[in-house]
Amino acid sequence: MTEPLVTFRNVEKRFGDFVAVRNMVLDIHEGEFLAIMGSSGCGKTTTLRMLAGLEAPTAGEIRMAGRLMNDVKPHERDTPLVWQSLALFPFLTARENVEFGLKMRGVGAAERKRRALDWLDRMQIADFAERNVATLSGGQKQRVALARSLVMEPKMLLLDEPLSALDANLVIRMQGVLTKLQKELGITFVYVTHSQSEAFAMADRVVIMSQGDIAQVGSPKDIYRTPANRFVAEFVGRNNILSGKVLGGDAKGMQIATPQGTFTAQTPQTPLAPGQSVSFAVSADLLTLSETAPDTVNKAQATLISEEFIGSLVTLFLEGADGMEFKVQMQERALMDLDLSPGTTLWLGWDAANASILSEG
Amino acid sequence: MHGRGLNIILGVYVALIFTFVFAPIFFSLVFSFNSQRFPTIPLGEFSTEWYAKILSDPDIWQAVRNSVIVSTTTAILATTLGFCTAYTDFRYNFRFKGPYLALILLPPTIPLIIMALAMLAWLSRLGLSGQLWSIIMAHSVLTAPFAMAIIRLRLHQMDPDLEAAAWNLGGTEWQAMRHVIVPFCMPAIISSLCLTAAVSFDEFAVAWFVSGLNKTVPIVILEIVQGNIDPQVNAIGTFVFLTSISLVVAAQVIFISRQIKSHS
Repeated sequence: MTEPLVTFRNVEKRFGDFVAVRNMVLDIHEGEFLAIMGSSGCGKTTTLRMLAGLEAPTAGEIRMAGRLMNDVKPHERDTPLVWQSLALFPFLTARENVEFGLKMRGVGAAERKRRALDWLDRMQIADFAERNVATLSGGQKQRVALARSLVMEPKMLLLDEPLSALDANLVIRMQGVLTKLQKELGITFVYVTHSQSEAFAMADRVVIMSQGDIAQVGSPKDIYRTPANRFVAEFVGRNNILSGKVLGGDAKGMQIATPQGTFTAQTPQTPLAPGQSVSFAVSADLLTLSETAPDTVNKAQATLISEEFIGSLVTLFLEGADGMEFKVQMQERALMDLDLSPGTTLWLGWDAANASILSEG
Repeated sequence: MHGRGLNIILGVYVALIFTFVFAPIFFSLVFSFNSQRFPTIPLGEFSTEWYAKILSDPDIWQAVRNSVIVSTTTAILATTLGFCTAYTDFRYNFRFKGPYLALILLPPTIPLIIMALAMLAWLSRLGLSGQLWSIIMAHSVLTAPFAMAIIRLRLHQMDPDLEAAAWNLGGTEWQAMRHVIVPFCMPAIISSLCLTAAVSFDEFAVAWFVSGLNKTVPIVILEIVQGNIDPQVNAIGTFVFLTSISLVVAAQVIFISRQIKSHS
């Protein structure tokens, strides 16, 4: 693998007693779409602001293309940011907004105008070039903000929850615009969001942060299918988390005794000793539901409590032994031939490969 | 029913206030065009005699010239000071910021006469009293808080990310100031210039104490009134009133219209 574009080495950021980012080690590669995801206060925005130079790390090193960036001023960097508030200049037209960065860099007026109009055209808002930005719609403002950053031809674009102010339909459309842009330009996007659907839909890699720490880094699929720890398993939602003690196991699977029964889970990379406490997660959409005992490695009986209907998908809530709540997600049409009144006892089944052991946390 | 009764009372109340405020000004205007020497009813003929008289009086011309110099310079100084203070408040947090702001906002709370005496004592000790500069300094101190209040209000309406966005796009701190902060505050800056000019143009007490022989318009008015009853006063008063009210109205219109525009 080539030299990473950005490296974080043991980076820490403190605000007084509050630790916003703790001992961060992270590489950002050239040309990747990286999403940093977490709930508010997890340190994701602080990480982005450190990339833009708006915050200086308290400890550790941030390097870009090998250069130490800790104390480089924001205006000496090439890291344009698309702000959550968009931060368009309200006293300027759309074109003047896009020209702003070029003007600061001393590009001549004619050249500025040509490049700005070029980008406005590319973002399909050339018709609004001479309009005051205050008169534009949310989606149009969004495109002006993108054009204003991209006209700088950066190697890396930072985005801070840029879609949070848009309505659901527009979010989906802008997601398409962003992924297409990123592929076409081949530049690095670092995208901060609290929305799992945005991160998973667009990113090549996702960083999940919790209280200043990185909880997991991986492809959306890795994170969804094999959450590294309890926090991630709970955060990405719709996971069934079972806890118990290791009985034993080999390379094919680990046997774990839980109050719900004894189950087999995937063997983790770091071996576990018998008797050790452990948790594992099974995604709600990987559980099967049947009236008779299934022929999967793992099975458990549970009583249907309620169901939640969201379009073509249904989530069923069941109660297993010891009061454990199971969530099962499936296609609405796959439920047709099951008798589903609350109180019915059903069988749940899943394969060992779909049960991933969670590390402590 | 209840609401309507209250509305009538409030309407009358507002009308009374406007009457008290504007009736003297209105009559001053009317008598300034009256040919009779004494302000009595019935009125005499329409006449521009008093205006002709003040226009030919070199003392009054000198006073107008002084007033224009003082109010223009004061407006620029006070607005600059006010802008810097408001920006400091907006941008930085520091110890003793509360006392710092209280100190800046102090001058309007001090009775004018005390302020005027203090200024006289202070400036004469420094050997600076009795000059146009003395009035300018005193008026700048007096009006800077108004400038600061107006500009601070505008800065509070600004998305705090705007300045950082300018840095992020390659602007130095000075460029961000020049291309973002100042343009954003421009309506407030113009308002502040108009308002501080108006206050300085009208101000009598402090000017009277520190001006020495460099009289401004309000001082000349007092001298005319002290001497005898002369309808010239009505003519000058009308002129001063129109100047001030134009500045104040301009300040309001600029500030409010910009606010509506940026919120649409």
